[in-house]
Amino acid sequence: MTSPIAGGVDCDLHPAVPHLTSLLPYLNDYWRDQVTTRGMTDLVSQSYPANSPIASRPDWRPAKGKPGSRLEDLQAQAVDRFGVRYGICNPLYGVQMVFSEDMADAFCRALNDWLVKEWLDRDVRLRGSIVIPVQSVEKSVAEIERCARDTRFVQVLMLVMGDMPLGKRAYWPIYAAAERLGLPIGIHAGSNYHNPPTSVGWGSYHIEDYVAQAQAFQTQLTSLIVEGVFARHPNLKMVMLESGFTWLPSYLWRLHKFWRGIRMETPWVDRAPLEIVRSNIRFSLQPIDAPPDPATLNRLFEHMQSDELLLFSTDYPHWQFDGDAVLPEGMSADLVRKIMVDNPHATYSRLSQPAETMP
Amino acid sequence: MNVQFRDRAEPASPVAVKTAIADCDIHPARATKTELYPYLAKRWHEHLETYDKHQYQGMMEGPPYPKAQPNASRRDAYPPEGGPQGSSLSFMQAQHLDPNNVRLGVLNPLATGQGIRNHDLSAAICSAINDWQIEKWTSKDRRLKGSVVVGNEDGLTAAREIRKRAGDRNFVQVLLLSRNVEPLGQRRYWPIYEAAEEAGLPIGVHAFGFGGNPITASGWPSFYIEEMVGHSQCQQTALASIVLEGVFERHKKLKMVMIEAGFGWAPSLAWRLDKCWQRLKSEVPHVKRPPSEYIGEHVYWTTQPMEDPERRDHLIDVIEWVGWDKLLFATDYPHWDYDDPSRVLPAGVSDANREAFYLNNALKLYGLA
Amino acid sequence: MTRHVIAAVDELPPGTRKFLTIDERPIAVFNIKGEFFGLLNRCPHQGAALCEGPLIGLAQSSDPGEIEYTRLGEIIRCPWHGWEFDIRTGQSYCDPKRFRTKAYPVNVEPGASVVKGPYVAETIAVSVESDYVVVDL
Repeated sequence: MTSPIAGGVDCDLHPAVPHLTSLLPYLNDYWRDQVTTRGMTDLVSQSYPANSPIASRPDWRPAKGKPGSRLEDLQAQAVDRFGVRYGICNPLYGVQMVFSEDMADAFCRALNDWLVKEWLDRDVRLRGSIVIPVQSVEKSVAEIERCARDTRFVQVLMLVMGDMPLGKRAYWPIYAAAERLGLPIGIHAGSNYHNPPTSVGWGSYHIEDYVAQAQAFQTQLTSLIVEGVFARHPNLKMVMLESGFTWLPSYLWRLHKFWRGIRMETPWVDRAPLEIVRSNIRFSLQPIDAPPDPATLNRLFEHMQSDELLLFSTDYPHWQFDGDAVLPEGMSADLVRKIMVDNPHATYSRLSQPAETMP
Repeated sequence: MNVQFRDRAEPASPVAVKTAIADCDIHPARATKTELYPYLAKRWHEHLETYDKHQYQGMMEGPPYPKAQPNASRRDAYPPEGGPQGSSLSFMQAQHLDPNNVRLGVLNPLATGQGIRNHDLSAAICSAINDWQIEKWTSKDRRLKGSVVVGNEDGLTAAREIRKRAGDRNFVQVLLLSRNVEPLGQRRYWPIYEAAEEAGLPIGVHAFGFGGNPITASGWPSFYIEEMVGHSQCQQTALASIVLEGVFERHKKLKMVMIEAGFGWAPSLAWRLDKCWQRLKSEVPHVKRPPSEYIGEHVYWTTQPMEDPERRDHLIDVIEWVGWDKLLFATDYPHWDYDDPSRVLPAGVSDANREAFYLNNALKLYGLA
Repeated sequence: MTRHVIAAVDELPPGTRKFLTIDERPIAVFNIKGEFFGLLNRCPHQGAALCEGPLIGLAQSSDPGEIEYTRLGEIIRCPWHGWEFDIRTGQSYCDPKRFRTKAYPVNVEPGASVVKGPYVAETIAVSVESDYVVVDL
């Protein structure tokens, strides 16, 4: 087993909102009453049914309540356990599913405030991602600007399956704001279910939805690249979270081949897709969709042609590995250090800044 | 470990293809709008002339995403006698079948009755296309074999068409498309699998089609290149559905061919399916074995468009993970992203693997060995 | 080198092209707005009959959504995979030109991006002498 080294960065932790009532203290009077009067109970996405095996490793599942909802558990089972210096919190509460932009905005603001008060304030190692109401680009930009004043927010969080492909120009003010404030965009597995959760319609099963996340990341990467997001924002980084990555090399071969022949359709794509990925795209480590033999995984790493792409993650409390086997077998010490320390710090420039709230 | 991105690709050694090949994806076209009329009941002639076809997308002329070349085809493939690319047998023979030494050509007609919302019309056109394949193509050139085109959204009617053609040596497979109203594993399509297995015919799942769903899980993309790259993702999801709905568990003799979406995605998808199945198999007890086992036993891939990495040895890795016995060479003639048979494999491949890739796998799968 | 007279100038008006074979080499000669250029009719990518493709302009962009379209009729698109070649020089545009002056992030390898495509179609020298189009091969 490859041992993790101390002082790394866990780039994908999921503190859980116990219940919608947990957000009530962070809502204004109107929204608080809306929630209670209209009998809204919880915002649980189909992407992660609470008792699904994927949603929590058995030894991380508490006797009561949602996995990942207690700070002590997250500390003991993830942050302390793997000896990381920083842990980036990506809340997966289903706020993106609502259709009203006003409601979404209220919930996102509450969720971000909840994260600060109940997590970031209680453990100096924790950092956060700003959850935004993508239902409104304008409100999203405002929320980014509001939360970014607290330098413990190191990323903007979006879902991989939303209303529109992420490269669409309508979203670009979000990317402009993030680039300006030095924040990467984290694109996380999950759907808001405003479209069928696969590109060929609605499947029957949770396992189908989950497998399909990888394909969604592929089409989103195409969109981001060919729409020219990184031509307009060359310094913006995007992190694919809980996406899998073993699909990347053959995916890029295909994209490159077509881009050469249909260049005239998107002439602003001024660098080869592989180059764009190497400079602007990163992937969190878990899940690793590969056979257990190190030889195959090492060949795949070679196909990727860069050791800067992967960022260490546990994906706590999701069940992606057993025991302490968070790193694949047969990794060199150099690569371990790159994945756990160097690559995350190169991606999240705010990590090295002191934690403070700017006026 | 950063490898310089080299700006000069190593050329594949142009081995002149003297040995016979199988081309598992040829697209025959109709020369005129009325070419199908002899095979269609008269009421449909009038219907088509008045109402045309209502599909699961809005455009009545041309595709929603404009192609890269007219008819998505090579510009040098227009037959001298007129008509669109792929509509002339004699020109197909002269330009492709003869010089490329095609011993087996599998026809996959597109722009047929599939994906038409009027299911009676869909069934009628599909049946007509099958008659047309025999009359114009397979009875005139024995190298060519047809695919049974079926109304893909009406499983029961489709099954009837398959049973009608079962045993007819003009056909070697049943043709479906990858983008449908629902993922291909859903039970509305099960009668098709039952009938195909009964008839001993593999199912070819060809890229394209419209089922009314946005072509990504996050809505409609802007550009044609996104659609083209996206066929890979659509086929991955369609195949995942087929496996996870237990189609191969129930139909142990059924074979499938993934056509025109590449094959490089297959290993990673199989690994992901296995990993998820290990965790979540209690949700799908009808999937009794790891998904990769079903895929390994039932699924084949046509090679076009062939993945083209900078490092040719990377391609060989992927072929080894997929299996040399699982690939079926295809040119996609007359489409523009055509793969030339002499250029596609790197040097250094063993003769046995080369012959399997170019011919023997197809002969074996289609029962023509 | 041998000179071959291939046509009278008025047989090849602007916007037209002529296909011929000289010494078993397939060639096309183009009249682009009164000037003559020749190309070997074989795409360096996979050997397609390059010169049968359509003539278009060069699409460039310094910002997504904005297209600068110049050199109309001077770019040929290969009839197979659509790669674009400059008729005048044979230079391919399938890996686009870098014309932005913005700085790149430091971890992009210098020289990793090509200014022009790696493929160049073979050009044929063409001239006009006394109202005749002449090819030097």
